[in-house]
Amino acid sequence: MKEFLAELRGAVFATFVLAVVCCGIYPLVVFGLAQVLFPALANGSLIMDAGGTVRGSGLIGQAFASAKYFHSRPSAAGIGYDASNSGGSNLGPTSKVLYQEIQERVAASRAENGLSVSDPVPADAVTASASGLDPDISPRNAEIQAPRVAKARGLAIEQVLKLVRANTRPPGLGFLGAPRVNVLRLNLALDIAVPGEQTRPSHQRGCIENMARSGHKIALDAPAVAGLPTLHDSCIGPAK
Amino acid sequence: MHTSGWIELAFFVGALVLITKPMGLYLMRVLDAKGKTRLDPLLKPLERLTYRLMGVKPDEEQDWKRYTFAMLLFSLVSCLFTYAILRLQLLLPLNPQRFGPMPPDLAFNTAVSFTSNTNWQNYGGESTLSYFSQMVGLAFQNFVSAGVGIALAAALVRGIARHSSRTLGNFWVDLVRTAYYLLLPICLVFAVFLVSQGMIQNFNPYTKARLIEPYQLPVEKKDDKGGTVLDASGRPVMDEQTVNEQIIAQGPVASQVAIKMLGTNGGGFFNANASHPFENPTPLSNFIQMLAILSIGSGLTYYLGRMVKNQKHGWSVWSAMVVLFLAGVLLAWWAESTGNPIHQRLGVVASDGNMEGKEVRFGIFNSALFATITTDASCGAVNSMLDSFTPLGGFVPLFNIQLGEIIFGGVGAGLYGMIVFVVLAVFIAGLMVGRTPEYLGKKIQAYDVKMAMLALLVLCLSILGFSAWAAVSQWGLAGLNNSGPHGLSEILYAYSSGTGNNGSAFAGLAGNTPWYNTTLGLAMLIGRFLMMVPIMALAGSLARKKVAPASSGTFPVSGGTFIALLLGTVLLIGALSFLPALALGPIVEHFLMIHGRLF
Repeated sequence: MKEFLAELRGAVFATFVLAVVCCGIYPLVVFGLAQVLFPALANGSLIMDAGGTVRGSGLIGQAFASAKYFHSRPSAAGIGYDASNSGGSNLGPTSKVLYQEIQERVAASRAENGLSVSDPVPADAVTASASGLDPDISPRNAEIQAPRVAKARGLAIEQVLKLVRANTRPPGLGFLGAPRVNVLRLNLALDIAVPGEQTRPSHQRGCIENMARSGHKIALDAPAVAGLPTLHDSCIGPAK
Repeated sequence: MHTSGWIELAFFVGALVLITKPMGLYLMRVLDAKGKTRLDPLLKPLERLTYRLMGVKPDEEQDWKRYTFAMLLFSLVSCLFTYAILRLQLLLPLNPQRFGPMPPDLAFNTAVSFTSNTNWQNYGGESTLSYFSQMVGLAFQNFVSAGVGIALAAALVRGIARHSSRTLGNFWVDLVRTAYYLLLPICLVFAVFLVSQGMIQNFNPYTKARLIEPYQLPVEKKDDKGGTVLDASGRPVMDEQTVNEQIIAQGPVASQVAIKMLGTNGGGFFNANASHPFENPTPLSNFIQMLAILSIGSGLTYYLGRMVKNQKHGWSVWSAMVVLFLAGVLLAWWAESTGNPIHQRLGVVASDGNMEGKEVRFGIFNSALFATITTDASCGAVNSMLDSFTPLGGFVPLFNIQLGEIIFGGVGAGLYGMIVFVVLAVFIAGLMVGRTPEYLGKKIQAYDVKMAMLALLVLCLSILGFSAWAAVSQWGLAGLNNSGPHGLSEILYAYSSGTGNNGSAFAGLAGNTPWYNTTLGLAMLIGRFLMMVPIMALAGSLARKKVAPASSGTFPVSGGTFIALLLGTVLLIGALSFLPALALGPIVEHFLMIHGRLF
């Protein structure tokens, strides 16, 4: 009994002390360091418009439907791109449901992008991601969408492809991960590229020019680099 | 199978080799009650204070029974602590979304899951748990369940290294020193690095973002009382609802992910785990997370070699692990890049591989590598949805778990699991040459083999027993997300993962029912504690033995023959136990997929 009580005291106080150190002090120290060193990243890489309204996160995908925007991947998160309910379809390789979904998506992708019925469609364009929040599409997926977007916006295809390339991240160090195009970032760049928005206030134009000068290298998912504007400092084109 | 994948694989193995020795040497200091580290000026006072509060005398060692008892009691108390937090989260701070209490069966499952280092999740983190529940209720177990695993591995290694000794060390000292000197410092640096990649660390309420392009969503029309309005034919009337907002979940993620990986816990802050962009923002964060999963397990093999004064033995065990690791990676990578012929016939680019349930930034290779690593270890974090893997791609993580997660393995658990196989391998070698089997100069006797076999049989019985039960029960079939052989794979994976204390899932399985919560909870308890007790008994028995000098007839526990024998033992036992079940799940599904069969 004495031994039991001795070990019980050990167990209770070990729980208490380790909880204070590992679950109180440790996360708060990380919180402090993160908020001082990488405030924009630690708060979700949020993108704000000139009015200070949060329009999304550079790391989290959004759904796009109209022809003038590049479309994100299919999403199984909630009703689609629900960033408070992440997840994949979890449909297996021999699933009839998945088969039908992919069949429909392939047909839709061919129709909206003007492909022939024998043209292959990039896998990422017709499959749901793991998180349902995938911010990226493959460069090939962006390429097949580019003519549609260019046509809908009355832009030259070269101009659109140039923006695609500007928003493509190569694999880290040349081999880490896959090349990827951030859809939200690309679409925001497109909105800026559209001419003829006469109502745009002058301070926004200034912002846009700043962005253009920095080559859109606003710290979105890259480490904040001294000299580059962070997300909170940046601004984006007007909402459509 | 692109070149970049081969380069990354080479880098990964290279990095693993490089960290193994420094990690092993550091473990020598941490797991020695009198060990000195550079952090002593900072942490020694805290360590002493902790012992004083606990009433522990750090230089008093425990025999195997006392050590095991302390471990079990601590696990019980800490499990109740987590359970209480999950039930009471509404009354506790840091709950900006006002999440209510977790129901009892789910809270039992979750508390057991994190206590046993499983981190199986029948809930979605961002839609269920407050920041306090995550940061204190769950992350606490991330630290201490890892600490318990490492402590037990240390005790077993001491049992092997010592002779004519009754004691195996002091559980409390091992636990506290592991947390303070090993886990906390590495996590601190790791977490800040993760934030630099874009991982979040805040306590903000969920952010409302105004969408760039709002869209219309058909919803059922409701009348004034909230009932569904039906048309003449009895179908619900659909209304267009404009979605113009995205609610972005936030939280103290980085601090929790660091220990989730380093401690091979694997429980995701978010439902989508390490595939969520906030939980794994870049391929670099992904690479370092994968390395973190295997780092301590790999270092422990060096620790083993150093402790038993036979470094070649440590490296031989390491080599056997690497062989199994590479075999798994290559099979999963091949299967996922070959993709699904059914979908390819629909017009999906064949060279893209199987992208269902995968993130573009990781691509095929990093998804296959991560899935292999997370199940080599008992981590269970996922950066892609295993349920959507091709049959053979999903076979790899499933079989990895069923082999006992001894390929580096969970922190501590991997090493003691592998030592069980080593004991069996030398036993088989002894039988083959007709000598009393010896392991590092100690005679392996009936008692030791019984304990080793008990540890393995418990796993086998729990996995196959519960799977069989669920597969013939209403409650079991009700949870399936897929039919046909894939449905059986979902069940088999769940109990393998639970019993193996892995925590990854074929996540389509709707496990949040009282039946699944309870049976999976039991499987996790069995897999953790009914395995630990025989292993501690084995440790106690080995420690008591005398050492006989090596002779020309002694079977060497290093070199090619030993590695081959060890691999053979692992594969033979794994295959004999689980191939029949696997044949009905992923293996038959593979052939059906090739023939275009759908379910």
